[in-house]
Amino acid sequence: MKRRKLPLIIFVVFVVIMIAGLSLGEYAYVLEKAVTICLSCIGIG
Amino acid sequence: MSLIKKRRWFQTFSFLAINAYIPSWFKGEIYQGSIKGTCVPVLNCYSCPSALGACPMGAIQNFFATSRFNISIAQYQFGLYVIGFLGAVGSLVGRMPCGWLCPFGFLQELMHKIKTKKFRIPKFLTYMKYVVLAAFVILLPLLIMDEYGFGQTWFCKWICPAGTLEAGLSLAAISPDIRGQLGFLFSWKVWILVLFFVWMIVSKRPFCRTTCPLGAVFALFNKVSLFQIATYEDKCTLCNKCWEDCPVDIKVYEGANSPECVRCLKCIDSCKFGAVDYEFIKKKQPKPSLQQN
Repeated sequence: MKRRKLPLIIFVVFVVIMIAGLSLGEYAYVLEKAVTICLSCIGIG
Repeated sequence: MSLIKKRRWFQTFSFLAINAYIPSWFKGEIYQGSIKGTCVPVLNCYSCPSALGACPMGAIQNFFATSRFNISIAQYQFGLYVIGFLGAVGSLVGRMPCGWLCPFGFLQELMHKIKTKKFRIPKFLTYMKYVVLAAFVILLPLLIMDEYGFGQTWFCKWICPAGTLEAGLSLAAISPDIRGQLGFLFSWKVWILVLFFVWMIVSKRPFCRTTCPLGAVFALFNKVSLFQIATYEDKCTLCNKCWEDCPVDIKVYEGANSPECVRCLKCIDSCKFGAVDYEFIKKKQPKPSLQQN
């Protein structure tokens, strides 16, 4: 069975990007937005 | 019963698990726990009262709308967490979350069961979701600024019917304060939701195929993901059973890993000749077909 390498490399690259984002504190930013009622989503503003 | 036949259970469980914080419905507010910064791989509005996770499309628009170098109070993060998350999921399984986990995709499949005349969606409309992604999720939030220099979440504000259903209508129902503030924008969004409701009855998954920016992101990975659909030409009889059963109208023998494929795997179950199978990481040898047995 032949193993496909390109998708594995792409996967690893994106995991590294995700970890970089987390280490920059982006989880806290997403959390801050997610726990606030999104007026745009509701259709108010 | 095979795993493929249990897809409805996966969709139901996913819907309930992603929106599991029921007490919010009685308090008239949204869940605000610390796990809510975790992105979910589906279009599930984080302003749905019981949502436990963050919609990646809402999150990424917020990054684009508020990342500014020239404003001291702006933030300098660019959404690497969300971009990495989307890329990691996409490179693993492509659009599989659309077919197995997305509550709005599930709703469209259920609505399509209503018996009425059905219409196929023209292929050119399927390119519209990339325009929505580029314009409403990336460019407009980045480039169009208010008087303070910040952008808006354009897709959430003007289009997202999942947000209208899960957040708008839900919060309007449980919160008198929010009900009192609804105006033109809410009406606009409700009309969009109604349009998609009608369309999903007569066509297969119209929102996923023509408008969903998250589907557009995952679609870009379908041909290169670790998970792949494999077809075996020598076994295919062109009976079109896969096309008939496909929830997104794909002729599997023409393009098994089409960007439209939501990896529901129904075609594998439908094909009685063993002409369709899946592969994960490694390429498989075809199984002998049922007819040959």
